Amino acid sequence: MGQIEWAMWANEQALASGLILITGGIVATAGHFTQWYFGAYSIVAGVFVCLLEYPRGKRKKGSTMERCGQKYMTAVVKLFGPLTRNYYIRAVLHLLLSVPAGFLLATILGTACLAIASGIYLLEMNSTHSQESVFLGSPLNPCSSVSPQTPACRNAWELLGGCRPRWAAVRGEQWTPIEPKPRERPHVGGTIKQPPSNPPPRPPAEARKKPSEEAEAAEGPSAGPQDNPIPVTDEIV
Amino acid sequence: MGNWAVNEGLSIFVISALALARAPAACLNFNCMLILLPVCRNLLSFLRGSSACCSTRVRRQLDRNLTFHKMVAWMIALHTAIHTIAHLFNVEWCVNARVNNSDPYSIALSELGDRPNETYLNFARKRIKMFSRSLSSSMRMCACEAWSNSGLPVTMPTSQRKLRTQSNKNPEGGLYLAVTLLAGITGVVITLCLILIITSSTKTIRRSYFEVFWYTHHLFVIFFIGLAIHGAERIVRGQTAKSLKEHNPMECENKISEWGKIQKCPIPQFAGNPPMTWKWIVGPMFLYLCERLVRFWRSQQKVVITKVVTHPFKTIELQMKKKGFKMEVGQYIFVKCPKVSKLEWHPFTLTSAPEEDFFSIHIRIVGDWTEGLFNACGCDKQEFQDAWKLPKIAVDGPFGTASEDVFSYEVVMLVGAGIGVTPFASILKSVWYKYCNNATNLKLKKIHFYWLCRDTHAFEWFADLLQLLESQMQESNNAGFLSYNIYLTGWDESQANHFAVHHDEEKDVITGLKQKTLYGRPNWDNEFKTIASQHPNTRIGVFLCGPEALAETLSKQSISNSESGPRGVHFIFNKENF
Repeated sequence: MGQIEWAMWANEQALASGLILITGGIVATAGHFTQWYFGAYSIVAGVFVCLLEYPRGKRKKGSTMERCGQKYMTAVVKLFGPLTRNYYIRAVLHLLLSVPAGFLLATILGTACLAIASGIYLLEMNSTHSQESVFLGSPLNPCSSVSPQTPACRNAWELLGGCRPRWAAVRGEQWTPIEPKPRERPHVGGTIKQPPSNPPPRPPAEARKKPSEEAEAAEGPSAGPQDNPIPVTDEIV
Repeated sequence: MGNWAVNEGLSIFVISALALARAPAACLNFNCMLILLPVCRNLLSFLRGSSACCSTRVRRQLDRNLTFHKMVAWMIALHTAIHTIAHLFNVEWCVNARVNNSDPYSIALSELGDRPNETYLNFARKRIKMFSRSLSSSMRMCACEAWSNSGLPVTMPTSQRKLRTQSNKNPEGGLYLAVTLLAGITGVVITLCLILIITSSTKTIRRSYFEVFWYTHHLFVIFFIGLAIHGAERIVRGQTAKSLKEHNPMECENKISEWGKIQKCPIPQFAGNPPMTWKWIVGPMFLYLCERLVRFWRSQQKVVITKVVTHPFKTIELQMKKKGFKMEVGQYIFVKCPKVSKLEWHPFTLTSAPEEDFFSIHIRIVGDWTEGLFNACGCDKQEFQDAWKLPKIAVDGPFGTASEDVFSYEVVMLVGAGIGVTPFASILKSVWYKYCNNATNLKLKKIHFYWLCRDTHAFEWFADLLQLLESQMQESNNAGFLSYNIYLTGWDESQANHFAVHHDEEKDVITGLKQKTLYGRPNWDNEFKTIASQHPNTRIGVFLCGPEALAETLSKQSISNSESGPRGVHFIFNKENF
């Protein structure tokens, strides 16, 4: 499964978890369950997760279908920069958000689902890291002093994308917004050639004179209405 | 706990979470029975074959099995949601009743089962053991006194109250139930499976990462097993029939403090209702098991690849032979290549005609599996491959309703958009074979073929087929049998220049065919009118394999260009489901 981007599935799973958290929270709050404030938290966490996960990220390969109306949320999510772009941070964030909802039975399903989504994001990071282990360890890379196989060994700064040379090698580990391509105006007129602006080159003076003299000479004898340079015969069969 | 009272059909004034949970459970029984049936494709093929007496329209409904499967899946999701929410309320209220955080009636009902020779009603049983006996007896006394006096809840001594309410109150009580009761564990587990199945079945994941969808979908095994044992602990209780004879709920409802004391109201006995779900799902589970066995058996049948042809732009053609394989036009097969993946089956439309002695599929290389197949067949190597090096292939099928209707018209319009042209390859070849073998018997006299394509890449192998047909028709002096129109819907200016320059040449620059490629989208109105004028007073069949929007357009055009009387030209639009 080399071409699978787990992040796409993690995104769907997290979105579903957000909705489940909201539902569980509403049940707990509306039913006035004991310690219903966990339910209230669950609603807020669910709404936050839904808003964060609604804009679908761009796939590494191929085109990505946008979700309906996601461009508004894309603008907001982009604002937070590496905090929302980095999947590792998202994974940790989801894990942390899911914990308080685990105290109520009504919201525990949301906890489980969000934890699974977090796990899938980590799976994405793991699979991309194992692919890029080829890139690590290059002399140009100052951040590769630790073992490349264990992501946990890297320091937080690296993970936040502070390590530029290595980050450039890995394109898939982050959420990239789907931006509408600027409409290329049809390049009209590229092949339409403008008519020449200069007049045609004039023949030399001798050539110019000759036809006018001949015309003067010819005009004399014929004096008829039309002078055909080529003999025209009227063929009546 | 008016739940119990409501359940036995008494009070309708109490909001019953239990009834709200049992209703979707009943719906779930039905839906889980239905969901397995549409995916038994061999069973469907058998039904299709045996219902040959029914009209094609009836048999075509069997082709929409996946749509039905999805609809039932959504219903399962909805009912699961209602069931879970209702049970959340139920658990909350039951645990509250158990820890005396509820109305006295419920609390008293929850007490039942604490003493020997009693059966319980409230499934939240756990209490702190060392105090249970003394507490329950004192509670009973207190309850009696309370009822007999003013009906006000009893105030218990502080120390006792603290001890009793220490553990297993909500939310810990609810969580404890979820992990200790079988229904709780199975409920949580199968709901999680359901959610994972649903999130991995969305269109994006299905189209882009089929393996994730396919493997995650197998969680349904856990789902069904969990579903079958979900009710095994029988915690949904009702009064036994024997007890109902002795203890009438209607009469004894208000005399709870006297239960066991007066003759009319002995202590009621409860029993769990037996689980019903397994009765619904065991049949379809068995059928599905048979289906998988049939697929396995079929996959063991020997399939020989007789020829592999590489076409330009990442398309390969596999020609195969299998003993006893019979196909019709427009059908598809599922193919597995154990060398590439031991578990994955992928569908492909058959591109060969039934008259040929082999069957073939054309595969575009777009993902992991197809690329694996490409390499396994040695297509990346230049030199000739020995036959024994070709990989083993398993084939299941053919499936799908055959498009025999094509042959029942005199004139047909075939429209294929993009990759939708693939089934028409089979149809055109078959028509040609039938024409060559027995031209007089063939009702079909003229084919108008339209191929709408975005770019030129897809042309190649199909263009070869059209070229072959073109030359064969010329040889037999019947150039008018097939008229085809190829529309290039996505062209840019550089291409346009190229076309303009080569406009006057005899053969088309893109396809090499005599008939020129046209650009942009066809003007269907014109096309229909032209065809109508060429064939007055005939029934013309219109067949489409393409997007929905085009189906709407063609359907409207067919209707508007058909004449109203019985004589005159009629366009009949057949919605094909390839």
